[in-house]
Amino acid sequence: MNLTLHIWRQKNSTDKGGFKAYEVSNISPDMSFLEMIDVLNEELTHKGEDPVHFDHDCREGICGTCSMVINGRPHGPKQAITTCQLHMRSFNDGDDITIEPWRAKAFPVVKDLIVDRSAFDRIIQAGGYVSINTGGAPDANEIPIPKRIADEAMDAAACIGCGACVAACKNASAMLFTSAKISQLALLPQGNTERHSRVEKMIWQMEEEGFGACTNTGACEAECPKEISLVHIARVHREYMAAKVSSHNV
Amino acid sequence: MALDSKIPAGPLAEKWTKHKFNIKLVNPANKRKYDVIVVGTGLAGASAAASLAELGYNVKSFCYQDSPRRAHSIAAQGGINAAKNYPNDGDSIFRLFYDTIKGGDYRSREANVYRLAEVSNNIIDQCVAQGVPFAREYGGLLDNRSFGGAQVSRTFYARGQTGQQLLLGAYSALSRQIAKGKVELFPRTEMLDVVIIEGKARGIVVRDLVTGKISSHSAHAVLLATGGYGNVFYLSTNAMGANATAAWRAHKKGAYFANPCFTQIHPTCIPVSGDHQSKLTLMSESLRNDGRIWVPKKAMPGLTAKEAVSIPEEERDYYLERRYPAFGNLVPRDVASRNAKMVCDEGRGVGATGQAVFLDFADAIKRLGEDVIRDKYGNLFDMYRQIQGDNPYEVPMMIYPAVHYTMGGLWVDYNLMTTIDGLYALGECNFSDHGANRLGASALMQGLADGYFVIPYTIGDYLAGMAYDKVPTDHEAFRQAEDEVKEKINKLLRVNGDKTVDEFHKELGKVMWDYVGMARNEEGLKIAKEKIREIRESFWQNVKVLGDNEEMNLSLEKAGRVADFLELAELMVDDARDRKESCGGHFREESQTEEGEAKRIDDQYSYVAAWKYQGEGREEALEKETLEFENVKLTQRSYK
Repeated sequence: MNLTLHIWRQKNSTDKGGFKAYEVSNISPDMSFLEMIDVLNEELTHKGEDPVHFDHDCREGICGTCSMVINGRPHGPKQAITTCQLHMRSFNDGDDITIEPWRAKAFPVVKDLIVDRSAFDRIIQAGGYVSINTGGAPDANEIPIPKRIADEAMDAAACIGCGACVAACKNASAMLFTSAKISQLALLPQGNTERHSRVEKMIWQMEEEGFGACTNTGACEAECPKEISLVHIARVHREYMAAKVSSHNV
Repeated sequence: MALDSKIPAGPLAEKWTKHKFNIKLVNPANKRKYDVIVVGTGLAGASAAASLAELGYNVKSFCYQDSPRRAHSIAAQGGINAAKNYPNDGDSIFRLFYDTIKGGDYRSREANVYRLAEVSNNIIDQCVAQGVPFAREYGGLLDNRSFGGAQVSRTFYARGQTGQQLLLGAYSALSRQIAKGKVELFPRTEMLDVVIIEGKARGIVVRDLVTGKISSHSAHAVLLATGGYGNVFYLSTNAMGANATAAWRAHKKGAYFANPCFTQIHPTCIPVSGDHQSKLTLMSESLRNDGRIWVPKKAMPGLTAKEAVSIPEEERDYYLERRYPAFGNLVPRDVASRNAKMVCDEGRGVGATGQAVFLDFADAIKRLGEDVIRDKYGNLFDMYRQIQGDNPYEVPMMIYPAVHYTMGGLWVDYNLMTTIDGLYALGECNFSDHGANRLGASALMQGLADGYFVIPYTIGDYLAGMAYDKVPTDHEAFRQAEDEVKEKINKLLRVNGDKTVDEFHKELGKVMWDYVGMARNEEGLKIAKEKIREIRESFWQNVKVLGDNEEMNLSLEKAGRVADFLELAELMVDDARDRKESCGGHFREESQTEEGEAKRIDDQYSYVAAWKYQGEGREEALEKETLEFENVKLTQRSYK
């Protein structure tokens, strides 16, 4: 099939950037979306034009690196997949496709479609862990956990940190990402000791990074490639309240 | 230099304990006087960086990804082995050790493998304490499942995302140390050389992938945890960015490279659909529990999955069940892969390319019901449908083998130190534990064993003998290494030819797959060597790399990596030519049994092949480390 692509080009973080149109032809429906851009990039390179820069790595939907807004939707038109899992059979011959980077103040553009998501790392650094050192852990079966709880913790832990939730949110809130980690550790006994300080520190860091407030529109859940539920945001609200009434961080 | 593996004396089960007692320690107050560089943030790198920082060392951690959480360990699906014996089915440290040695076709070191089995239980304890949500039984205790090459259930798992959960555990430990200021993190930074001063590794030269800035970092020891080199084949299940550059440049500085021809080809991957293909996706080994593998008895070119449904039973060849009645569809990875290639070479392959076989669930669905199959494999079926467009509940899957893991890597001694003092290699980056074939669910175990439980001890032995003095990065050796790195980059930019980096990489991949893939022979290997040299020559004359160094430049990054693959590929061929026996994933057509199975030649090839770089354009020198087996009896593997 033949397509017209409208791609955001931006040389570096200080460049203003803008859309540029490209025609691609003979695209097979079996190609993945990123392989379609590979084809474009090969053509551009032969013509001596700078190839389109985009983030990608595992190309099987788990590393969380790929990050494109396709026709206004993070990771494109299909539900519950990442950009790298999207295939061209989801498009039609003659389509116009608009491709942009994540748009959020806390995710500045590095080049073209690549953004800086280190804010997510700093949120985890603020408390997204259990404070234990290597060695000296008790036998794994000394901490029994009901299957239901373990399964729900796993639902939250499935987050791949791609940032689609932020890109989908009109406020560019990072609440779904942040709550997934807080919720996972709040559900598990291992996370209990630090549950209050963790939620306070991580929420504080999230705000510090310049993400917007959560207004419960649910766009994040709708666009999340791993279908992380709003339930985790609700749990974090309760965790936060509980932490505040017993806080030592005044 | 004679290779000294430094395996401690004494009975197998006591070696590690005795060694830990005998090696030198660094006083807690003195640890902060030592700097350690860790390159790579996968399971081995992240666990090592976190654990060393917890002990008090100053750690600098580097990765090419935008975040340490994205290292390719994250893509491991199935699970992690440990000898816990929770299911009460007769597992033990010795049994895990034995299965791993046998699975590796007797080409790994007994002492290393035993230590791996020994610390496997600590790994599970550690990860659970971190909050890794492993699968559990209704009683709240941990669940296990079984995997290829073992007759016990010892695999711990977190749905189909075990690698992700273990990596996020290590990443959280690393994040905690970053917050404490004990680890300094350098994401989007690629190591381009190791710096050696007075015979010791004292730092690295890196390129900032955003600004292009070349800079140096100095330390008392350097750890490489940079993964495998499967991408030398262009198409593999590895991440697009996975590369051999750090390991290869260390090799050119004096670190021996061991068993480079040992690569693992995984039997169940989604087949190539056309020339545009950029990478291959694995379908978990667990599918072979219920799926039946077949091709038509007579060649039917272009047979589709939809048409396959109406092929009558008597016209199907369930070739694994026919040839291996005892193990059937559950033969080890290398055997399953070779057989798929064989039937496709006979012209009986299916699909548009003829490079695929069917994996059929129709019988299992009839026997167990669609719901049971959905429960067991639902996410894998969805993934298949997403990529292939076919519904595996209705038509058979099409699969074909793909490059998945590299057992070879930098040679290391028992302490994980390479042949360069102070330079260590961990995880897939080293060669030490899997011999000629890795068992499923053992890669995660090895990465975390090296990082959490081996290197924190063994590095002390080395550092205790080092002075505290730091080498400034304006030292002559750093300057020189930086200049060399810059010159290599400029050379790439200057060529300005007419072929893209990917075009060269694809060409190399095809040669490797055709001649150094699932089956190898002397004649093919000779051709491969010639072709690789031609491609390499052509690369340096015709490659087109746009832009310049002082910016984010993806083609420049790729060009550097492919240039290194073009050198490593030739060494893989040399190694495959030297090893005239078949073992594990290395199948030499000249060495097979009458029934066409792999035939080992223990009296001639029971060694680790360690290769020493001799300079640009010169053949590498081979040194052999003889493998001694005192605790297991070598047998020919049979799965009939």
